[in-house]
Amino acid sequence: MNKTDTDNQLWQVTQFLWNEAALLDARQYDAWLDLWQPEGLYIIPIEDAEDYAEVLNLCYDDDKMRRDRIKRFQEGFSISSAPAAVTVRTLSRFVIDVVDGDSVVVSCGQHLVEDKFGRQRLWAANVRYTLQSTDSGFKIQEKVVRLLNSDGVLNSFSYLH
Amino acid sequence: MNQLIDAKNITLDPDELVRKDRIATPMYTSSELFEKEQEKIFRKTWVWVAHASEVPDKGSFKLSKVGLEPVIVVRDRKSNIHVMVNRCRHRASTVCEIHKGKTSSFQCPYHGWGYGLDGSLRALPYPEQYGDDFDKSQHGLLKLRTESYQGMIFATFNEDIEPLEEFLGAAKKWIDLFMKQGGGFPVKTLGEHQFAVPMNWKVQLENTTDAYHFPIVHKSFIQSLDEEAEETFSFLDGEGFVEDLGNGHSVMVMIPELVDLEEDLDRKIPERFEALAQKLRNENYPEDQVRRIVRAVGGSGFNLNLFPNVACSMAFFRVLTPAAVDKTEIRHIAIGMEGGPEAANQMRMRLHEHFQGPMGFGSPDDAEVWERIQRGVDGGPELPILVNRGIEKEVPGEAGPRGHVSDETGMRAAYAMWKRMMQE
Repeated sequence: MNKTDTDNQLWQVTQFLWNEAALLDARQYDAWLDLWQPEGLYIIPIEDAEDYAEVLNLCYDDDKMRRDRIKRFQEGFSISSAPAAVTVRTLSRFVIDVVDGDSVVVSCGQHLVEDKFGRQRLWAANVRYTLQSTDSGFKIQEKVVRLLNSDGVLNSFSYLH
Repeated sequence: MNQLIDAKNITLDPDELVRKDRIATPMYTSSELFEKEQEKIFRKTWVWVAHASEVPDKGSFKLSKVGLEPVIVVRDRKSNIHVMVNRCRHRASTVCEIHKGKTSSFQCPYHGWGYGLDGSLRALPYPEQYGDDFDKSQHGLLKLRTESYQGMIFATFNEDIEPLEEFLGAAKKWIDLFMKQGGGFPVKTLGEHQFAVPMNWKVQLENTTDAYHFPIVHKSFIQSLDEEAEETFSFLDGEGFVEDLGNGHSVMVMIPELVDLEEDLDRKIPERFEALAQKLRNENYPEDQVRRIVRAVGGSGFNLNLFPNVACSMAFFRVLTPAAVDKTEIRHIAIGMEGGPEAANQMRMRLHEHFQGPMGFGSPDDAEVWERIQRGVDGGPELPILVNRGIEKEVPGEAGPRGHVSDETGMRAAYAMWKRMMQE
């Protein structure tokens, strides 16, 4: 790829991820679910691993768990999500790590501020996406959110990172 | 029952703070009381610090806490386990800040005093200046008395306390039953979720023996289960019970048919475990072992609450660490089978993630309610906090009073012990 193609791809990826971030902050979860490949995995690990299936994570969601999680947020029976904390997140420092056919691996930094009970908390993370280019645009094949303090003492989350 | 507490003249007298059927608001809010609890409870009794599988090899260590005090749990060259305060005997720096790992010694970063795995002071730079009568044997890391039961390691600052097994007493039987989750293999830890909640530690102590909240707080979890599992978790209508086991311990049996995991193994395998069973059969495990492992993966049907800081809670260890009068750290430690089938351990971890931890379908709702309690006690300090549910209907159990599964018998057991210790 020449420089223009690379810049163009970075721009498309960035647009996609900023849109995802906006959907999550706006808690538009049905639209968020549509961004996924059915076999995609949403993972928030505690520690690094070659295969996150073999270790305990904060979340390791396949399609069913993602849908169940969203349902839990939306149905109003979960006291921690009624109302949930509100969030503002910023993604930046995008680096395209690998391009392989229709698949793009992109890493970025994320700062997320949550607000509830008049109290704000800050969460920083390195995020790595594997995106699949399809006829209807990018779809998420894998999203791994590495919170800086994932193996430390956290607080409970009523939203998605 | 409607009697109010004299808020103006509220004292920290344990007799007034804890009555049989209620506790007073300062139990959750008084910093002075919190400090007394450190001295009279956390420094005086057996406190859970680790599971043996967290320090598996010679030289394995992990950091833990006894109350507010940082300790190191370590296995020495002879496989003996030591628990010692993480503080150099020279000028008090911590000698270890790595959460867990393996080492041959601990060295203070300030002036280089070096300690062995048993805490003994081995060497210090330029010792001449301390003179000839400096006794290294008197300057080892401060050690706690340490004893274990079924791999659960407890430590205490109290040299005169009864042996651990006596302290556990009637709870031992339930620990034995809980460890059947090894499914024929030794139980090992599989990692942990950690989160802090702005609440007093006793709110957490109560919660492990509170079945009454389950269908309310965990409705969204229950709704995410299949019908069969939903039925299993609708235990308030069942034959369960809570029993006072003495010394502040209690057991809450929610699913009686899952008390002894090796009983009645011919029962139908629940549908959500059928895929795992098939996988194990394909790996050539004999049918009786398949059933034993699958049953174990589903977890125990009871919560064993051990005073003051640990619970064997259905399928995991729940550990509380008080951090301040209104802040408590919680650890949910996943357990599985040492040397057991990988598919079984993976399912254990997925089930743990489903309910536990900062992103579970259960814990965040618990955490929300606990924080709401700590916010609520800012109002109406004269109002009692009720722990009287089922008090009139208790019957004698095997070890102590027994109530309906949704009763507050376990809380009364814990508060009776709290009172006894605070008055000693």
